Amino acid sequence: MNRLKTWEGGLLVVFLMTLALNLAFAPEFLTVQNQINLFQLSIEKIIVALVMTLVILNAEIDLSVASVMGLSAAAFGFLVNAGWGGGTAILVCLMIGLAAGAVNAALSARLGIPSLVVTLAMLIAFRGLARVLVRDESLGDFPAWVTDLGQKGLIGPVPLSLILFAALLAVLGVLLHRTGFGRQVVVIGTNAEVARFSGINVARVKTVLFLMSGTVSALAGLLYAARLGSVRGDSALGFELDIITMVLLGGVSIFGGKGSMTGVLLSILIILNLRNGMALMSITGHIQTGVIGVLLIGSVLLPNLVSDWRARRARS
Amino acid sequence: MTALLGRFSPQTLRLVALALALLATVLFFATQIEGYLAPRMFNRITTSAAVVLPLAVGQAIVVMTRNIDLSVGSILGVVAYIVGDTLGSLPDLHPVLVVAFCMALGAVLGAVNGVLVAWGRVPSIIVTLGTLALYRTFLVEWSDARTITTAGLPQWLVDLPQATAFSLGALEVRVTVVLAVGACLMAGAALAFLRPARRFYAVGSNPDAAAIAGINAARVVALAFVISGAMAGLSGFLFLAKFGNITVVAGMGMELKSVAAVVVGGVSIMGGSGSMLGVLMGALLVDTIDNSLTRWAVVSEFWRDALLGFLIMAAVTLDTLAARSLARMRRGGGA
Repeated sequence: MNRLKTWEGGLLVVFLMTLALNLAFAPEFLTVQNQINLFQLSIEKIIVALVMTLVILNAEIDLSVASVMGLSAAAFGFLVNAGWGGGTAILVCLMIGLAAGAVNAALSARLGIPSLVVTLAMLIAFRGLARVLVRDESLGDFPAWVTDLGQKGLIGPVPLSLILFAALLAVLGVLLHRTGFGRQVVVIGTNAEVARFSGINVARVKTVLFLMSGTVSALAGLLYAARLGSVRGDSALGFELDIITMVLLGGVSIFGGKGSMTGVLLSILIILNLRNGMALMSITGHIQTGVIGVLLIGSVLLPNLVSDWRARRARS
Repeated sequence: MTALLGRFSPQTLRLVALALALLATVLFFATQIEGYLAPRMFNRITTSAAVVLPLAVGQAIVVMTRNIDLSVGSILGVVAYIVGDTLGSLPDLHPVLVVAFCMALGAVLGAVNGVLVAWGRVPSIIVTLGTLALYRTFLVEWSDARTITTAGLPQWLVDLPQATAFSLGALEVRVTVVLAVGACLMAGAALAFLRPARRFYAVGSNPDAAAIAGINAARVVALAFVISGAMAGLSGFLFLAKFGNITVVAGMGMELKSVAAVVVGGVSIMGGSGSMLGVLMGALLVDTIDNSLTRWAVVSEFWRDALLGFLIMAAVTLDTLAARSLARMRRGGGA
């Protein structure tokens, strides 16, 4: 618990530093419109990161999220261009996400194959299905109300996606930290064997988490399609890297059991500010990806090195 | 039936099943695609599989130690590009030195992974997901949007993919195929007979027992990543030779193909078991399916990725179920 507190405290300091830097470089940084733009640019990733927090806390991983996003976006483009109504298409896409989650759950939670392997295979498979649906084209021509929802403000300047993010943050925060289900997620993540012997239905909890992950990823894919106004076979390709980085940088242990929603929220804010800062300094998208890669490794390496150093000091 | 199955080890049964699957695949496509059993198709599949095979060999050794290396595609890209670039200014470099240079460059990149996993105690999935992005970023920056073309490569390298090592009847076996298969068989022989190589199995099947037996597990894991990097370097060389024109996206997604070959080849993702003969057949099966699908009129070429994913999943699922029922049968037989 102590380690966690210092990690979140450290995140807060880093966040304030990135904020100060951004303010120094761009005085108009804190305007409402600029802040909304900041969130909008990565909104789909940060929505999925919230669910991924629960999955990783449970000592599982879902590498297929970006492919489910791509598949859902591709299915939406395909259905709309095949003459379906926007509403029905959205419903079908969410069902596809639920089904994708069910496949992951059946193979990992029920059959007991490691989720790393299952979701890696499904990363390839779902991305492949997205390519089957849109081939090498770019599908657009969405109904106007869909692109409006994706691009314009719903309540004042605040768009639907940001409202969904805030709502999901609240719901999942309460679910994780204030309910029995949340406690079960953490207990299983700490020690699945102990959890089983204390009467927790481990497979059921894991199944629920994969279903949530699939459905929310599909929702994020729809938001992505609506925001950009068109989809391609490689929509949301590689997003899993950013999403997992957000969660791990937030202090969630890759081995499960340790971490909090507050930490993940702070790490999301840091990454958004960093990306904005790097864009201000005209650092290109490729280097930004490299920096995220360094962050990902560093966020796990640093605590290990610190604990090594402490152990060595305690011995001497 | 039980007695018959019990006489063979699960590893042997797995190899037999793989061989049958490979045979069935070839026979199936022979009835579907005209001229499928021609020497040209043999060349197309073997030279394509030769690029993936070294990657798969390195990946298999890493997976045996209960880790995974997702950075191999990026390492392949970096090596193919940098060596292609270097050959533009040093065209007289001896071929053997070129291959050594490729493998050394790959080994250095693999060593970064190895140090972070073995001594930094960062899970391999995190490290290699990170270096997958990092190495590619490095390549994009380094390349400055240039493309390596065959015009800048020495003639021997451009001719290499067409060079035949020996012929089996009408089938010509290319030099690149011999290189890849040779690396695979050498790794297989080492894993079977050399004491240091047996340590990969020991660390993968039970790290605690391996530590008690006096094995330095961290060093073994680090070495696995160095080998994986070196093998990715060899694949980079074969990629450069095969395609000649190299852009910054070279090798993108190859990590997934290597994982596919490894799990289809029967290397347990839980570590501690697997054979190079299996990896060889796994790589061949994955590439046969991949290359045949593009020529099969019934499905569109866009199905390739989806089928590859489902194929990996089916292989892993079958393997898990088979291992479980075999274990149950053994227990039942003993009681």
